[in-house]
Amino acid sequence: MALTKNDVYKVATLARIEISDEQAEETLGQLNKVFALIEEMQTVDTTDIEPMAHAQDISTRLRDDVVTEKDEHEALQSNAPSVERALFLVPKVIE
Amino acid sequence: MMNKTLKELGLGLRQKEFSSVELTQEYVRRAQTLNATINAFITFDEEQSLGQARVADELLAKGSGHPVTGIPIAHKDIWCAKGWRTTCGSKMLGEFVAPYNAHVIQRFNEQGSVIQGKTNMDEFAMGSSNETSWFGNVKNPWDLERVPGGSSGGSAAAVAAGMTPASTGTDTGGSIRQPAALTGITGLKPTYGLVSRYGMIAFASSLDQGGPMARTAEDCAILLETMVGFDDKDSTSLSRDWVAYSDLSDSSVDGLTIGLPKEYFSDDTDADVAKSIDDAIKCYQSLGAKIVDVSLPTSPLSISAYYVIAPAEASSNLSRYDGVRYGHRAKTYTDLNDMYAKTRAEGFGDEVKRRILTGAYVLSHGYYDAYYLKAQKIRRLISTDFQTAFSSCDLIMSPTTPSTAFKIGEKVSDPVQMYLSDTFTIAANLAGLPAMSLPCGFDQKGLPIGLQIIGNYFDEARMLSVAHAYQRETDWHEKRPPITREQ
Amino acid sequence: MEWETVIGLETHVQLSTNSKIFSGASTDVGATPNSQACAVDIALPGVLPVLNKEAVAKAICFGLATNATINKKSIFARKNYFYPDLPKGYQISQFEIPVVEGGSLTFKAGENTKTVRLTRAHLEEDAGKSLHEDFIGMSGIDLNRAGTPLLEIVTEPDMASSLEAVEYARTLHTLVRWIGICDGNMQEGNFRCDANVSVRRKGDSTLGTRREIKNLNSFRFLQQAIDYEIQWQIDELEEGRPIVQATVLFDPDSGETRLMRTKEDAHDYRYFPDPDLLPLSIDEAWIDNIRTSLPELPDSKSSRYQESYGLSADDANSLVSHADTAAFFEAALSHCDVSDKSQAAKLVANWMNGELAAGLNREQLEVNQCPVTPESLSALILRIVDKTLSSKLAKQVFDELWKGQTSVDTIIEAKGLKQISDSSEIEALVDQVIAANAQQAEDFKNGKEKALNSLVGQVMKLSKGKANPGQVNEILRQKLA
Repeated sequence: MALTKNDVYKVATLARIEISDEQAEETLGQLNKVFALIEEMQTVDTTDIEPMAHAQDISTRLRDDVVTEKDEHEALQSNAPSVERALFLVPKVIE
Repeated sequence: MMNKTLKELGLGLRQKEFSSVELTQEYVRRAQTLNATINAFITFDEEQSLGQARVADELLAKGSGHPVTGIPIAHKDIWCAKGWRTTCGSKMLGEFVAPYNAHVIQRFNEQGSVIQGKTNMDEFAMGSSNETSWFGNVKNPWDLERVPGGSSGGSAAAVAAGMTPASTGTDTGGSIRQPAALTGITGLKPTYGLVSRYGMIAFASSLDQGGPMARTAEDCAILLETMVGFDDKDSTSLSRDWVAYSDLSDSSVDGLTIGLPKEYFSDDTDADVAKSIDDAIKCYQSLGAKIVDVSLPTSPLSISAYYVIAPAEASSNLSRYDGVRYGHRAKTYTDLNDMYAKTRAEGFGDEVKRRILTGAYVLSHGYYDAYYLKAQKIRRLISTDFQTAFSSCDLIMSPTTPSTAFKIGEKVSDPVQMYLSDTFTIAANLAGLPAMSLPCGFDQKGLPIGLQIIGNYFDEARMLSVAHAYQRETDWHEKRPPITREQ
Repeated sequence: MEWETVIGLETHVQLSTNSKIFSGASTDVGATPNSQACAVDIALPGVLPVLNKEAVAKAICFGLATNATINKKSIFARKNYFYPDLPKGYQISQFEIPVVEGGSLTFKAGENTKTVRLTRAHLEEDAGKSLHEDFIGMSGIDLNRAGTPLLEIVTEPDMASSLEAVEYARTLHTLVRWIGICDGNMQEGNFRCDANVSVRRKGDSTLGTRREIKNLNSFRFLQQAIDYEIQWQIDELEEGRPIVQATVLFDPDSGETRLMRTKEDAHDYRYFPDPDLLPLSIDEAWIDNIRTSLPELPDSKSSRYQESYGLSADDANSLVSHADTAAFFEAALSHCDVSDKSQAAKLVANWMNGELAAGLNREQLEVNQCPVTPESLSALILRIVDKTLSSKLAKQVFDELWKGQTSVDTIIEAKGLKQISDSSEIEALVDQVIAANAQQAEDFKNGKEKALNSLVGQVMKLSKGKANPGQVNEILRQKLA
């Protein structure tokens, strides 16, 4: 399953990573090597095998519906690039 | 002081041979000096470290304390430590100061341990050589032109070079074991779920596990007692009865059955490595262990499955790095999407970008079944293989890596070649099994070789005991690289 | 050309838990920006989700109330896309295996009874909010709402008109408040509808291409948007232009729907099971526990009121429009210590659906803010039943109760409203009126029935409305026989 440069652009858009034409070219070559590696998976038949998402076959734990966190917005926003009146500022969102 | 194990240092503190403040100052000074060469640390904060040391001294004066009280420990820069810069080896978090403590860091703090500094690592834990860090390469203390392994390269090099008594690392595909093997130290990846991942910056959620890295199995056991424990902030954290790993009570090897997977003993492995492993197995035999052949038939596909699952989870885990609430933000951009695209292009290195793109692709519309689902099925097969193998043996052993430390720059331009250095370590992550590496020799170039032990779920105590038994018979773990002897 | 419409609704119901679905931050409204967004909600590096038990309980509640299947095992999945109000860059939702599947809602749409099948209901987290107004060229992101639990309820495309869609939405709205899983405050965004609308030629069995109208947070907008969209689609098709699958927004000012994005621009969400969460397991014991604590549902209650008390369907349905209303009714009725419960019930219902409802509406109050308590209302009803008060004068008493007075008897005393039932008293009044209205008395004696009404009226007036009208009538007839 070989990728095309178009695939690279498409997935870069999905992942919101800007790439130049040159980078796309280079990435394409490397990704195709990775995909050749991944392709080896197809050599084994897994028809009736149950996928394994977690090591242990257990269920998720449930938390009591209690408020445990207090207002710490100053500390939590201390690394923000742009904050005003406790709001995170971003370039205007166009609907 | 520098050659003492963590255990010995603990005794020294309790016997008042030195204080935690003295110990910390000594180690920070030494580490800072060597750091110019090795580059194992990204951040020191002597003020914070000494503050903790003073608290530790008070605890020790009262006669209370834990084995790690007062001991300076280096933590991989993947653990959020409140008030400490936490970078994950990335420009994206280059100036991020964590506003909270990871659960594991909290446990160390509560037991009076000292954060000596934050160690260098492959960016976002993606790498096997510590060559992808925004903060520069880490040098292997045994040969400064070679890599220490990765992604916990800084943690491994720091211990190997005597810059720290012990460190913590994380292991997603071998990132504790492989650098431990390449630098001649001991490192362990616990059963998935034993060590809380809260505050451990996520790479691949279903594979990541934090663990100890130190000179000896005994030291690893001491650290493990602090690291293991239920955390209600981590839904994948397991609640288990407390185990006194450092008892090492199971040290008798007599009657132990050791399985050697034939898939891990091939001609692709360096001759020197094969020889050292062979000697190690013979040592175990001499102690009374029985050796059997086992098979892990699906394990050749571990790398393929891993390079679908890990990038897929990573691509999603790293979406939060968007320049909105913390971290790097591009200086110029035209609109919101441009801001995202430039921020992430600037903030991430090439390997991280490659994995994000791979991950986004395998999860994208139409490919989920062929890739992600398929990989999870392979994962099931690999796990079943191990269970079958464990029905005829107690522990599995193999080389940790097929070869010793390679030269800096040798593999960095060929990702797949780099990935192949994890060929023996990845399967344990996919299955969630505990696995460790301990030093078992050197090759003709004087580079360390590691022996891998893989246990069944929750068998850490036995693994550490068995490793300890080997370390009582051999002295590979006591060897120091030349650079430390010069100090 | 005859067209028919096919509508399916997706409703996002905000669950009324104390804390968020995956973190321990508060879900209160109106707080200062980001004061209720903890490390997990802000998606700091290293944080992890832990599921809120009560959110699951509320989902189970909903499943039981709609006769749906509760899946014993369900999976949380990540829905990946980039937006500033989505801090992780993905929403934790449920994809292949939701917590609730199937079920249905039955309701009246105009004259007809309609049943809409539910496809599924799944748990997910809400996003934060973007504020655009105050910042030039920038938007301000408030993550207080991020992580609030949502139940997304999806219907089959079973509705055929905006009326059916609105009645479904109203019924759903009443239900979720009734079973206590949602506050239902649509202005605050507790209850948001997306409508999937398509049209096709009458008799056609294949579905037309649908467009999705997003984020309708009032019944009026829901109706207007659907009506506009239906007409727009018909117009397009009649002019030979095919419908392109798209997402649209409703503009209340213009009354039109406008394009937001087409299918081509649609996000590829790259769903996969969230590795930070394990499968959700729900056992029979838990379901049974919730089943026993489920309140009597509106439909059953209404039927019971009609059967047990002989209330009309309309009256009964008004009383079950809100759990608090039904509770008020039942409380008032419980205090009516009379032998004929039906009579009392009808009176309580009339007063509630009449004067009480009017008062609440006039002053914009909720039924649990009503100045008249169930006890006071029942006391009033008792005095009507025992004929101390005429219905007319009871209104005056009610008004005093509304103003804050608490004792019905005290008011009756103070205002002298006690109905006159003493025969000799009434006789005296009747004699007075007959004497003063000789002509009318004569007319009645001569067979003019209407004259009696006038005389009755006079007696009532003379007695300031307090005479028992029935007795007045009887005594007049006797005296003029």
